[in-house]
Amino acid sequence: MPIVTINDQKFEFDSGETIIQVAERNGIDIPHYCWHPRLSVSGNCRMCLVEVEKMPKLVIACSTLAMDGMVVHVNSLKAIAGREHVMEFLLINHPLDCPICDEAGECKLQDYAYAHGTGESRFIEQKNQKPKRVKLGPYVMFDAERCIACSLCIRFSAEIAKEDQFTFVQRGDRVTIETFPGKEFDNPYSLNVVDICPVGALTNRDFRFKARVWDMSDTKSICPGCSRGCNIDIWVRNNEILRLTPRFNEAVNDYWMCDHGRINCFKFVNADDRIDSPMIKKAGTHVSSVGWDEAISKTVSTIKRFKSDEIAVIGSPFAIVEDNYLLAKFARQVLHTKNIDFIKHINPADQDDILIREDKTPNSLGAKLAGISPRNGGLNFEQIMEGIKGKKIRCLILIEDDVAAISQDFLDSLSNLDSFIVFATNNNKSTELADIIFPSATYAEKNGTFVNFQGRIQRIRPAVMTIDLDRSLDAMSLSRLDKFGTEFDRWGKARKINARSTWRIILQIANSFSMKFNYETSEDIFLEISQTIKEFDGLDYELIGELGIQLKSYQLVEEPILV
Amino acid sequence: MSVVKKRRKDLTIFQKLYIPEIVKGMLLTFKHLFGPKFTRQYPEVRYEQPDSYRGRPVLVQENGKERCVACGLCSRVCPALAIEVQAVETEDEKERYPNLFEINMLRCIFCGFCEEVCPEEAIIMSKDYELTFTKYEDAIFGKDKLLVPVESLKGRIEFLRKYR
Ligand code: SF4
Ligand code: SF4
Ligand code: SF4
Ligand code: SF4
Repeated sequence: MPIVTINDQKFEFDSGETIIQVAERNGIDIPHYCWHPRLSVSGNCRMCLVEVEKMPKLVIACSTLAMDGMVVHVNSLKAIAGREHVMEFLLINHPLDCPICDEAGECKLQDYAYAHGTGESRFIEQKNQKPKRVKLGPYVMFDAERCIACSLCIRFSAEIAKEDQFTFVQRGDRVTIETFPGKEFDNPYSLNVVDICPVGALTNRDFRFKARVWDMSDTKSICPGCSRGCNIDIWVRNNEILRLTPRFNEAVNDYWMCDHGRINCFKFVNADDRIDSPMIKKAGTHVSSVGWDEAISKTVSTIKRFKSDEIAVIGSPFAIVEDNYLLAKFARQVLHTKNIDFIKHINPADQDDILIREDKTPNSLGAKLAGISPRNGGLNFEQIMEGIKGKKIRCLILIEDDVAAISQDFLDSLSNLDSFIVFATNNNKSTELADIIFPSATYAEKNGTFVNFQGRIQRIRPAVMTIDLDRSLDAMSLSRLDKFGTEFDRWGKARKINARSTWRIILQIANSFSMKFNYETSEDIFLEISQTIKEFDGLDYELIGELGIQLKSYQLVEEPILV
Repeated sequence: MSVVKKRRKDLTIFQKLYIPEIVKGMLLTFKHLFGPKFTRQYPEVRYEQPDSYRGRPVLVQENGKERCVACGLCSRVCPALAIEVQAVETEDEKERYPNLFEINMLRCIFCGFCEEVCPEEAIIMSKDYELTFTKYEDAIFGKDKLLVPVESLKGRIEFLRKYR
């Protein structure tokens, strides 16, 4: 194999690799703005200048192919001087905007200005004036003065999102970006350009000015928006989720996530319509808040009124594997009912060959594997609904889903039920009809696992505190304020929802039926799953890790689509 | 091994009476009793601080608005976590302003870091040192208490421009 020497270290490489690729693969950082591992090389920022022995001039590492015997110096005096000059040019027209710029704190121009700037500008003339606050599309705001014309955003749209919607106009120091006439920058992946833009030229209109990046905690999690299960970071300040960003996972979502996931998959956690305590319908039609014990004993006495074949259970592809497993076990061992299924949320019109999947839930596969399917002759979902209509099913237990929202027909027949027990995170059409409501924790408030459409099991972790969770004691990620503040500070008094993981509620109900389910944490349940269900054989949370793991014995439903 | 220094335990009678010491002490007392007085009749007579004085931090108000752009740097640098800033967008040229700006005066240690870090010269150490509270909530100063017209801060601002 050919060998290239970078910073006195020798590396093998495949022919066709560029210097920056070899360096990146081996953990050597070469400063760059316009290069991205998944996009074509444009070589216009000139920041990746390196010195190559026997070459007369500095070369850019992003477009120079590595050659056998090549000797590269990333940090020689000449290379550093070259990059300092590039920085000086970039900073000539860049406004001193950092105090009002959302990128501050995660800005490459800031970082490299520290590392490679002279600290002083020799430019005394008037800086360029360009349009600020231009709405490029529904989610993306553009500030032309801050743009360093690296073209990453343009290449992303053309090459990854596969929609040409904007381009450079003008040239020289007047260069700027405009959408094509009559077009908006509104493709379903538009917000990824905010992540890859090395400066604050492109900002997320949904997040702008909400918080400084250094004031938030970030938690590694999974997007619940569809069965792709993009790896994400959840950013939280004052116990409120402020944004989601994609987290690199080559096997699932690469560097990206879709706008639907980013914009719509956290607001329900912060929303005012969260269910904030167990509720029981008392005489009349209104539900009222009660304590956990009262709600649980009411549930027990309610369930005891019915024969087992009058009871049906609906699990949830929005709930974690552990919730569904315990629900299935509860149905088997406590309720003795075979009528158990979950609702599929498929929208074939909304799927592409990039990330977005037609299955709009994060854990259909996990729910199925956990045992949420009718057992020997039990009723499936459609039959359960038939049964309710024909008054054969008289008690329905529904977790983390909304049957009533599916059709008017379903909504009408639900009133036939004698008893409707709902576990929900937010108010919805089903909770309006429920006799007993339990507040479930959302995906951002618990530990657990999802199985995506590829059969890859991935971890979610709590990012937001409920009454059951404590940032420090439960090893949640801490922001600076969380770490050094006290409970008497304003930010320590943030809202905490009175909700619990669904499995914890089921556990309490089961044990009130004098079962002896003994789980302290969701991992205890998972360890039992890994011993009883062959697809999960031998797994634990540590093995699943940050990037998830492919279920061994699981046959892929279809080939994973590589983006 | 440390050397134990022996103390002289037995004082003479004369020493035990302490008379010379008492006389010395009283002499000092009477000297000051009839000497020139330095006591200030606070609060009737007030202390005029030099511009280098660091009293409570205040927000500079210019043309009826705060200069602050809610960058959050003061909040970041504050070693006592006293400052909370929440930015929102404005149609003004500066793009953002704080719709919430609070300094917890029970936490503030008057270090002046916030003043030093501010890129907009928007938070200034005033000469106000009279801070008493009877309730925790009273000690959290919002924009209503923090905003001070720029005219009354001239001295300090000039001092900063000259010596910073
Ligand atoms: S907006 Fe950002 S990503 Fe696009 S060209 Fe300018 S600096 Fe590069
Ligand atoms: S593709 Fe699916 S999982 Fe990924 S961000 Fe979008 S909704 Fe979420
Ligand atoms: S003076 Fe110091 S302690 Fe007081 S608010 Fe400013 S930075 Fe914080
Ligand atoms: S550092 Fe200055 S501009 Fe920034 S938030 Fe504090 S007072 Fe406002």
